[in-house]
Amino acid sequence: MAMQLDIHGHAAWAYTGGKAFNPTLPVVVFIHGAEHDHSVWALQSRYLAHHGRAVLAVDLPGHGRSAGAPLASIEALADWVVAVLDAAGVATATVVGHSMGSLIALESAARHPQRIAKLALVGTAFPMRVADELLNATRDDEPTAQQMVNLWSHSALAHYPGNPGPGFWVAGVNRRLMERQRTGVMHADFTACNDYSNGLEACRSIVAPVLLVLGKRDVMTPPRAAQDLIGALPNAGVVQIEGAGHAIMAEKPDELLEALRAFVP
Amino acid sequence: MTPPRSPGFDTLSLHAGQQPDPTTGARATPIFQTAAYVFRDTDHAAALFNMERAGHVYSRISNPTTAVLEERIAALDGGVGAIATASGQAALHLAIATLAGAGSHVLASRALYGGSHNLLDYTLRRFGIDTTFVDPRNLSAWREAIRPNTRVLFAETLGNPGLDVLDIAGVAEIAHAAGLPLLVDGTFTTPYLLRPFDFGADLVCHSATKFLGGHGVAIGGLLVDSGAFDWERSGRFPELTEPYAGFHGMDFQEESTVAAFLLRARREGLRDFGACMAPFTAFQLLQGIETLSLRMDRHIANTRAIVGFLCEHKAVASVNYPELPTHPDHQLAKTMLPKGCGAVFTFEIQGGRVAGRKFIETLRLFSHLANVGDAKSLVIHPASTTHFRLDDAALRAAGIGPGTIRLSIGLEDSADLIDDLALALRASQKP
Repeated sequence: MAMQLDIHGHAAWAYTGGKAFNPTLPVVVFIHGAEHDHSVWALQSRYLAHHGRAVLAVDLPGHGRSAGAPLASIEALADWVVAVLDAAGVATATVVGHSMGSLIALESAARHPQRIAKLALVGTAFPMRVADELLNATRDDEPTAQQMVNLWSHSALAHYPGNPGPGFWVAGVNRRLMERQRTGVMHADFTACNDYSNGLEACRSIVAPVLLVLGKRDVMTPPRAAQDLIGALPNAGVVQIEGAGHAIMAEKPDELLEALRAFVP
Repeated sequence: MTPPRSPGFDTLSLHAGQQPDPTTGARATPIFQTAAYVFRDTDHAAALFNMERAGHVYSRISNPTTAVLEERIAALDGGVGAIATASGQAALHLAIATLAGAGSHVLASRALYGGSHNLLDYTLRRFGIDTTFVDPRNLSAWREAIRPNTRVLFAETLGNPGLDVLDIAGVAEIAHAAGLPLLVDGTFTTPYLLRPFDFGADLVCHSATKFLGGHGVAIGGLLVDSGAFDWERSGRFPELTEPYAGFHGMDFQEESTVAAFLLRARREGLRDFGACMAPFTAFQLLQGIETLSLRMDRHIANTRAIVGFLCEHKAVASVNYPELPTHPDHQLAKTMLPKGCGAVFTFEIQGGRVAGRKFIETLRLFSHLANVGDAKSLVIHPASTTHFRLDDAALRAAGIGPGTIRLSIGLEDSADLIDDLALALRASQKP
């Protein structure tokens, strides 16, 4: 069912929402954040795939089931996303990105404006600077770095209705997902976020409609850290979700879906 | 910079999975005593059925009260999630039925609770699932008994009746080398004394009836997944890595990298076998878990006092508790169970069956029954009760002596428990 592609000689894998990919439908590409894979979007991507959209929830290079080394820059990842569109036979797509994935989405829309129909930035900020202590920990002590990120990503010790369903411990799911990424991926990802400097320039090239979805209790990318982007994207829609931390897909899956449903073609 | 601290065990025991009810403000976990849940519209219904949205449909599959318990035990055990079941036996069955079917093989410790042994050695064989039992202390026996059709390795953290301390890391390494998961029954230890995932186990089941509840009023089980086992890489579990016609063609491993096992277990085994936990039971077990660490510390303190008393008593031939240097797993217990080796143990009374019977019948504070892990102290003499039909040789083959007494130490004043034991030991030795 899933999509397997060859991108620059490396196997790339994308979840298609439990339905066969049909590129004649409006296409939505989901891009996960640092040290994650496609499964952070399980609910939202599956819903849209069963509601008239063709979905590609990718595993970025070196993450999840996609082969190769993690790419070193947001710009390279943005080009990789468009290479995925090429390989899948997709002319234009709506791109939804979370955290690092939101920077990739933004840059891909700036570099390839004719390919990106709409842009949704979830849990975003620019610049996405990473504190030295965390960045060093991603290099020297991944378990500690994962613990930091896991604690900072969640706003509560309880979630309704649980993700991906009742009975799941959201922080435990996120922790294990990070642990299952390959060694070195975390540092590559956080370095790419920290080094990305083209955000405001990119905004000037954006022609696609943009939606920002922010968690009001996000301490990784707090809403105030998205203000420069909002200023540079005067026509962007902004949805702030009550009670959501950085892991918006897991903490407030229904609220995020409502925002995306209203925005995605 | 000091890295941020994860919430501690006691905080999670009280808060994981529950916050004040958004509708009523209720601080305690409400008992959602409902069979079903209203859909907002037909699209919402379809999305819930197809796992496009998370939520509750029918209380056999999930329930908001039960979900709190599931999240809480997952947090305490360090897993990704859990499924609450009607009993500990139902949790074990759900784990095995999710991974194995007719023609499969289970490799299990031979030091198991009798109910688990019955399930594996008699009942599951009737359904085509074969089990080999091995000495849990013998790592090469585990390794050599794995077959091409083996699907899971299973043992208890503290075996029955000898309190064999499971070398979880050792057995997990053997399981993983063969592409197999290790399922561990953590009933006797609870996550407060031992978190099997920290040593490499992949799945944990509990009889929550015992120390987790602590009150002896509710029957329930829990099945917890670490989320760490790579079913895809193993290649032995098409139930998790290939489309399942019984649920919209879902490939559970594609759907969720870390939640595949529990998604399948809930959407197949819980749905179809139906051994779900009632919400009132979940509420009762949550009340117990809130004080788990406090109770376990007291269980252990009382157990140590009583073990010390029995070791010095002339009517006692031997005491079998892993904290004693005479126990074969003493060194392993020191590294794996520093907070204590549980509150269930056995000792040998001088005088065999006759003395055992007199001892039991003289006790006043200890309750003579077939359970463990209650707040009240419990006792049983297998040779005159559960195993009374066996002669001495058959008893020994089962690891039980004619004078074996099993105690489950509760939360009473230890001095009162010792007085009760002293009187009964004296009576047991009278002609």
